[in-house]
Amino acid sequence: MSDATQTENLLTETLLSRRSFVKMSAAVGGTAALAGGGVKYGLEWANRSAAAQGETTVVPTGCAHNCGGRCAIRAWVEDGRVTRIETDQRPDTFEDPQLRACMRGRSNRKRLYHPDRLKYPMKRVGERGSGEFERISWDEALDTVAEEMTRIKEEYGPESMYRNYATGGGSTMRGSINATRLMNLFGGQLNSYNNYSWAAAQWATPYSLGTQLSGSSRDDWVNSKFILAWGFNPAEMIFGTNTQHYLKEAQRAGAKIIVIDPRMTMTASAIADEWIPIRPGTDNALMDAMAYVMITEGLHDQDFLDTYTIGFDEDHMPDGIPPGNSYRSYVMGEGEDATPKTPEWAESITLIPRDRIIRLAREFAMTKPAALIQGTGMNRRAYGEQPVRGGINLAAMTGNIGINGGWASGMGLCERGISVGGFPGGENPVEAAIPVYLWTEAIVRGTEMGPEDGLVGVDRLPSNIKFVYNCGGNCLVNQHGDINKTVEILKDTSLCEFIVVHEHFMNASAKFADILLPAAMDLEQDDLATTWAWGESLISFSKAVEPLYEARTDYDICADLAERLGIGEEFTEGKTQEEWVREAVEVTEETYDDFPGYETWREEGIYVAKFDEPFVAFKDFREDPEEHPLETPSGKIEIFSEAIWDLDREGLPAVAQYVPEWEGGPWDPLYEKYPLSCMGSHYQRRSHSTFDEIPWLDEAMPQRLFMSTVDAESRGIEDGDLVRIFNDRGEVRIAVRVTPRLVPGLVDLPQGGWWEPDEDGVDIGGSVNTLTSLKTTPGAFGNAQHTALVEVEKA
Amino acid sequence: MTEQQMAFYVDLAACSGCKACQIACKDKNDLDVGIMWRRVVEYVGGDWTRSGDAWVSTVYAYSVTVSCLHCEDAPCATACPSSALVKRDDGVVLIDESRCIGCRYCEWSCPYGALQFDGDTGKMTKCDFCADYLDEGKDPACVASCPMRAMDYGPLDELRERYGDLAEVAPLPDPSISRPAVVFGPHPDSRAGASTSGRIGNLEEV
Ligand code: SF4
Ligand code: SF4
Ligand code: SF4
Repeated sequence: MSDATQTENLLTETLLSRRSFVKMSAAVGGTAALAGGGVKYGLEWANRSAAAQGETTVVPTGCAHNCGGRCAIRAWVEDGRVTRIETDQRPDTFEDPQLRACMRGRSNRKRLYHPDRLKYPMKRVGERGSGEFERISWDEALDTVAEEMTRIKEEYGPESMYRNYATGGGSTMRGSINATRLMNLFGGQLNSYNNYSWAAAQWATPYSLGTQLSGSSRDDWVNSKFILAWGFNPAEMIFGTNTQHYLKEAQRAGAKIIVIDPRMTMTASAIADEWIPIRPGTDNALMDAMAYVMITEGLHDQDFLDTYTIGFDEDHMPDGIPPGNSYRSYVMGEGEDATPKTPEWAESITLIPRDRIIRLAREFAMTKPAALIQGTGMNRRAYGEQPVRGGINLAAMTGNIGINGGWASGMGLCERGISVGGFPGGENPVEAAIPVYLWTEAIVRGTEMGPEDGLVGVDRLPSNIKFVYNCGGNCLVNQHGDINKTVEILKDTSLCEFIVVHEHFMNASAKFADILLPAAMDLEQDDLATTWAWGESLISFSKAVEPLYEARTDYDICADLAERLGIGEEFTEGKTQEEWVREAVEVTEETYDDFPGYETWREEGIYVAKFDEPFVAFKDFREDPEEHPLETPSGKIEIFSEAIWDLDREGLPAVAQYVPEWEGGPWDPLYEKYPLSCMGSHYQRRSHSTFDEIPWLDEAMPQRLFMSTVDAESRGIEDGDLVRIFNDRGEVRIAVRVTPRLVPGLVDLPQGGWWEPDEDGVDIGGSVNTLTSLKTTPGAFGNAQHTALVEVEKA
Repeated sequence: MTEQQMAFYVDLAACSGCKACQIACKDKNDLDVGIMWRRVVEYVGGDWTRSGDAWVSTVYAYSVTVSCLHCEDAPCATACPSSALVKRDDGVVLIDESRCIGCRYCEWSCPYGALQFDGDTGKMTKCDFCADYLDEGKDPACVASCPMRAMDYGPLDELRERYGDLAEVAPLPDPSISRPAVVFGPHPDSRAGASTSGRIGNLEEV
């Protein structure tokens, strides 16, 4: 584009491509419905909207997938068809901002009427995973599932029954909770702990702070003067409806915002004042060097550390720990490794210039109050526990904990939320639990697993997993690690003998079902939802249209199964889904004087709990640490954790610190073969793997391998080229987007693309999990899916 | 002469490129793939250089959401041989599809690519500023959708009073061509219209 005028940029480039596209569309025009249906030309102008004719009712409902947000949807319904999706129509204020749906939420109509929706129950007729199915009746489908559940439970016991992790639905009556309740009432199931999002953060945060709920409320961010959004990217991955809005408002109120991220995210380009690119997986090296600068320049808050923490220096260590193990000793090179964590040291690891590290440390230490808000991508890496506790160290060193405008770092979920009931999952008589990421391991060698694999509740499992209920999620294949290995395990029907799946589409998980059941979508049922991050609002979902085709709600399906299993009455307690919703809201009604009542809330669609002032996490502790100690063993912030020390595990130091990753960089021998680090970011156009099927969103943001200009150039790769991305675990073939928005050495294959193997097993759909590993983090046994080395070549 | 000129405002410092506006528009107007009355252009530039082990970046990026800008001198209206394009009293440029003969002259006259051909109907289509909503006193769908609250709309003179008069920003064409009814709030990295320091980063999407 060197000497082209900007007029030509837009005019020629975009119009030429558009012209050629339209020709194609005209050629296949017969299949596309006429836009606007009953549009009448000859009006003053052609109003193309599908809802322009006839009586329209507006049904309040919501979008509840797993982005963390839950947004208001107002579905326009005409003649039993959804014709338009609007979002929140209430006044938009800072105190009570509209719950505006994003591009995904606004696409829900296209999801509902997608031609590829699963329409009727099916049974597998080909090899498992072949995608060959045959239509059957609901009766046959449910009879088969009930028979298999009975047979397998009797033969192998309840520990062989497993409800797979599933978060495609995020509402109260979501599929996963229905399956859980069914299996618990039917005699129990193998438990799992952790999740695919923040296993390491959930594990690590309490070691330092005694709780996972280390976050303040978002309306407090406007009180910050400096915000370090460390791998925190709400503009793309949402993290609670309006989180990006609150962050922007903080900037408008005067906070300087710096994003530290290997990608120049939308948060970096549209919210932050500055972006500091970092080599992925080296966050602790930056943290340690910042600590070094603070200590050597005397910028840390020694009073705060002395009063509120243990383990910062040798004077504040638990008894019996040999000298040299405090954070200060580690940072200053007075510990075992005898390496001072200087900015020079960190520069070669993080790829951030040393001067920038020094400036950042000073700025963060000297601007008060400051908030170091962590994203959770870092916790899905090889040593994901470390950055979580490392961030807390910096928050403590700067005394930013327990005050307005500060932030304790760590997991960051907030204690404050709206009170509401739920749909009970029931009591599980089985004690045994596995780390969620190791369920494929438990299919292959469950009975051999022990505490070293994170098994808890029992010494040994009596059985491997033999039955999987996958209800409303894509972790059976697409979102689990190392897909090629996973499908090899699943294909063997002598291992896991039966798999039942509820789905909307024929995605990778659906293909591995033995019985595949078509589930209803949010627009087709009564429900409710709150956000998971800062759940201050309660969104009512009213059924906009009847379930299409033969689709049924997860609740109805499980209720019918329960009936067949002889636990029908226990499952439903005689209630309809809507009655469960009504019951869930009773506690809200009792708690809030201004709750308008069930019926009015259903009509209005939204209730937001009001609070007088921002919530500040650890405020009591800050004000009086004797009276309000933390729930850690010492009652203080544990920079050094004796409990972790006692675990004595490789890669799990008692003070958070930089641990070089396997498949992390040049220090791993694999780097010679696979010199690019590969991550799977949260792509705005999907919520994990949900919405991958929407053509509007594919047009808006197609699945691509994002590659830095530097790495593309050295490989002779140009924007738009078809490339091979591969390692020992698999190969993906997809078009590349060459962009300067990535740190060199990193490629990003946004997670959630639908796995689609060609005849050679090459994934042409672009699921990052074709390349990820099944290794786990040392503390939590959590997934480390962002740590992977690959090479990229022109295909 | 129109009595008033309706216009859009976009705060480029807040637009993330999330495309909620694009999809809200497509949903309201039931637009198939291939027709985007509102599109979001990513402008990127800058380089990476090595300094010792480290990488130094001068990379910048920002997004510009663009639809029909209901230009004061709407060249499309002049280009149309069958007078299908008209400016309402409030300055909104509308197409009367019943008069459109599908010759696509307007498509080439519009500097913003706002006019888009529907291969199924053989007619040109374009953003109507959600004229039905305006008439009901409701905000245009795109403006009301923005999760970043980056958009606003109103009479051009009022927007200029509130937000300034920046209309020239890369990679959009020179505003003197058509006098678009738009005001931009600058992004800290936004470049002047004539800048060639960056490029459109998401060409295939717009
Ligand atoms: S995907 Fe998430 S942010 Fe988008 S509309 Fe749905 S709930 Fe809201
Ligand atoms: S919705 Fe707002 S932030 Fe998103 S692309 Fe449009 S103008 Fe930009
Ligand atoms: S004003 Fe209406 S028609 Fe125009 S871009 Fe916005 S939503 Fe689309």
